[in-house]
Order: sequence, then C-alpha cells, then structure tokens
Amino acid sequence: MDNLVSNLYVFLLATFLGFEVIRRVTPLLHTPLMSLTNAISAISLVGSIVILGEQQTTLTTVLGGIAVTASMINVVSGFLITDRMLKMFKRRNTPNSGKAD
Amino acid sequence: MHGGAEMLGGVTPQQVFTQITYLAAAALFILSLKWLSAPTTARRGVISGEVGMVLAIIGTLLLPNIKAFHWILLTFFIGAAVGIPIAVLMPMTAVPQRTALSHSFGGLAVGLVGTAKYYLWTAEEPGRLTHFVMGVLAFETILGYLTFTGSLMAFGKLQGLLPSRPIVYRGQNFVNLTVLAVAVGIGVYLNFEPTRTSLFPALIVLALAFGTLLIIPIGGADMPTVISLLNSYAGLSASAMGFVLENKLLIIAGALDGSSGFILSIIMCRAMNRSFTNVLFGAFGAVEKTVQGQEEKRTIRSAQPEEAAEILSAAQSVVIVPGYGMAVAQAQHKVRELYDQLTRRGIDVKFGIHPVAGRMPGHMNVLLAEADIPYDSLFEMEDINSELPHTDVALVIGANDVTNPAARTDKSSPIYGMPIIEVDKARTVMVIKRSMSAGFAGIENELYYMDKTLMLFGDAKAFVGEIVKALASEGR
Repeated sequence: MDNLVSNLYVFLLATFLGFEVIRRVTPLLHTPLMSLTNAISAISLVGSIVILGEQQTTLTTVLGGIAVTASMINVVSGFLITDRMLKMFKRRNTPNSGKAD
Repeated sequence: MHGGAEMLGGVTPQQVFTQITYLAAAALFILSLKWLSAPTTARRGVISGEVGMVLAIIGTLLLPNIKAFHWILLTFFIGAAVGIPIAVLMPMTAVPQRTALSHSFGGLAVGLVGTAKYYLWTAEEPGRLTHFVMGVLAFETILGYLTFTGSLMAFGKLQGLLPSRPIVYRGQNFVNLTVLAVAVGIGVYLNFEPTRTSLFPALIVLALAFGTLLIIPIGGADMPTVISLLNSYAGLSASAMGFVLENKLLIIAGALDGSSGFILSIIMCRAMNRSFTNVLFGAFGAVEKTVQGQEEKRTIRSAQPEEAAEILSAAQSVVIVPGYGMAVAQAQHKVRELYDQLTRRGIDVKFGIHPVAGRMPGHMNVLLAEADIPYDSLFEMEDINSELPHTDVALVIGANDVTNPAARTDKSSPIYGMPIIEVDKARTVMVIKRSMSAGFAGIENELYYMDKTLMLFGDAKAFVGEIVKALASEGR
C-alpha cells in the first residue's frame, strides 16, 4: 500500500512537471516533441525486457519477445527521426540581403 | 565499500546500480524535454534522452532474474533492423503516419506486458493480484490495446489505406460506449475474481474493438487532435505499466509523454475551436453533404503566373500561408525558390503557420525546414495576425479553411469561432488553388470572392514554379 501511495505521488509530480516543461516547448518543434516523447515512453522496453528475460512460461516469453521488438522499434526510430528532423531546422544566415546560402 | 550488501539490507550491489541508472534516466528524460524547448538546444535534448535510455537498458539487463539473453539480443536486433530504416527512409510528409504507427507499437507492448503479467500472476502468485493491482492491470491492458488498434486505424487513414472520410452509422456512439462499458465491467469483475482467466481474452478483444470503433468515425481534418490524443494514451498506458511493475522510471516517463500528448491535444482542439467530446463523438465530416448544392454564380478574379510575379516583386512585405495542400503537391522546394527570389529583392518574406496546417502538431514547420527555409522566418498564427494588416501581399498555398473569414463573421458557419490566419486583412491576397471546389470540411470560403483576392488556379508546385521562372527572367 505504501508503494502504491508513493507511486501515485511520483505520477502526480511527473505529470505536473511534464505540463510545466512541455508548455515551454515552441510550437515550431511540436512534431519533434511528439516523436521524442514517443521514444522516451518506449521505456516500456524495460518492463518488456524483464518479462522476456525471466523466461517463465512459453506464453510470457512470446508476448515479452513481441513487446521488446515493438518497443525497440520505437526507441530506435523515435530518437533517430527526432534528430533527423532537428538537423533540418536552420537559422537565416544573411537576413534580407545578398544571396541566401 | 565493505559489507555493502549488509548495509543495503539484503539488496545486491547490482540492484542498487539498476536503481541508480533508473534515477539517472528519469533525470535525463526530464532534461531532454527541457532542452527541446528551443531549436538551439533541441539536439542536446535528443542525446540526453538517448543516454537515459541506454542507461536504463543496461541497468535492466543487470537485474538478477534476466536469463534469456539470446532472445533479448535477437529481439533488439529485429527492433533495430526495422526501426533504423523507418527513421532514415521515411519522407517528412509521412512523419504523421510513422508517429501513429509508433503509438500503436507502444500500446501493443504495454498490452502484451499486461497480458503476460496477468497470466503469470494468476498461475503462480494469485495473492499478488490485490484489488488495486488487478484494477491497474486491467486499466493498463485496456488502454494499451485500445491505443494499439486506435493508432493502427489512424495510421491507415493517414497513409490512405482507409478512407479519410468519417465512417458513421446510426447509434455509433451508443455501440462504442457499450463496448467500452462491457470491457470496463469485466475489468471491475476481475477485481473481485482475479482468477477467472477465461474472461481476460474477452477484455482484450473488447479493448481492441473499442480502439478501432473509436477512430473510424473521425475524419482526416481531425487527425492532428487524434494523433495527439493517442500520444497521450500511449504515455498513460506506459505509466500504468509502471504501476503494475512498481517501476517509478516507467511511471515518470509515461507521465511526461501523457502530459505532452494532452497539452498538444488541447492546443489542436483550441486551434479548431472544438472540444474533445466533439472531436471524438461529433463526426465533423457529416456536415459535408448538407453544405454543398447551394452554389450560386459569384464573380472571382483570377490571374496568371506572370501577373502574380509582378505583384509579388512590387511588394515590400509578403506573408506566405502554407497548408497541407502544399505538402501534397510537394511544392515545398519551389516555395523555397520563391522565398529566395523575393528575399534577394529585399522583400520581407514571412510564413504564417496555423497550428493545424499539417497532419500533426508542428508538421508544417518540419516540412518547411526540410526545404531549407530558415526557422526564424516561420511565425505562429498570433504573431503573424498582428502583422497582416500592414502586409502588402498574402500568398495562400494549399490552405483553405484556416484562412476563411467566415470563422470570424458568419455565425451559421460550421467553423465559426475557429481561430484563423487573417489573410483577408492584407492589402492583396493571392490564393493558389486547384479549382473552386470546397475544402476538406466542405465549407465555402468567402475569401475567394473578395475584391482584393486574386485566384491563381493550378497545381501548387507547377504554379509556384511558373512564378519563380517569371521572377528570375524579370530580374535579369
């Protein structure tokens, strides 16, 4: 029960923190934001690894295996595509004058 | 460090190490999102997230009960082999589809882990399935599976595998809510009789069905809201998994994702002046049939690319308002050439981006950044609206409803109250459009009949190309 209560506190605080941090993200970067939070929430990988790694029954091993694969796809593609998008955001070097680039 | 195990009260040093990696990962995830707030620090945010993820994975692999390393390696390999090509090859126009797909993978993983835990505990330690644990487990499983199928449907609609028009039938909301209510009812019943394992598959099937039914009636125009909402669900389901596994890192990461998706959904709803319930149960597209058929002949003015080029080159300030039509026509790179031609002449060129201009929040910014348009030329709706009254030319490319002045003036319009980019306040308005047909939501746009509006009929890419050609030859 104590665990439960402290977990609820953790959830509550993290949610409020999330609101405060994410409110400050510029709308310019909302797409990278979504793909980054997506990669971060693929931390469910950790839980999936435990199910697969403990290998207790065939059923849990199969379910865990699919879960690890799915989460791993999210981790890898989420971080990589976020970085690929962010690399494209460039400032203007010569404002309003001369040849651009 | 002598006698470490005793001091730690029977906890092995590895377990302590795992907890430390989790703690560090949680901090790095928070920093990651904090750094994402500005383009200058954003890439550092990605690195911070990656380091956190790697730490958490190492910490988990060191846990004492982990044995099946061959399976773990194999699944890691498959995951990377699928994930890397997706990230590297996916065109930027398809980012919303990828995002929807990854929400569905996230939901699937959570649902599967919930299922595995349920069968494990009912078989081996039914005592662990207290009311609360069973309740959270049922919640986790329902949310995970409904996110899975819901996001798959969103993926299908975005990818064009399914019709983007809403599929509606009589009593739809009743059916959907009944399905959900039965699933929740089973979850509640399992609270009292956790060992009724025969009921669990029914819970899974109902959750899968509810996810499908929930997204079917939602039209393409509402995709930015839906995708944000599913983002929130995917985060919350990961958090619920953290409650089941008693893992605070999962709870924190899931809560961050959940609040992020929720904020984005609110922003999207506001940008369309709609409520959550209206998006989820309102079936926007149903309006389409009723509006058509009252077409009357009204005068419009149209122009050729050469005339448009002349008007643009005579301007001092130009605001370009892109919509998803620009991306569909793949016109971003031509628009970049137009931007170059105009800035070279000393003309001030800005882009006005409506929050729902793309298929997901911020999508249009990514598409324009990909075409090498500097991000300090991209402006949010509120900022550009204050500039439009002193703007010489507003050029609308592939956007429709988000520029419709009826949203301000016509109380009977379905989009009344929706915040728009007020291009009608500019001195001259030019609209590149394929034909006079109504937009996504099927609503007539008053803008096209205004005296200061010039319609430029044609394919966005070809037309902008013609303007660029005219500007280039004139400049010589």
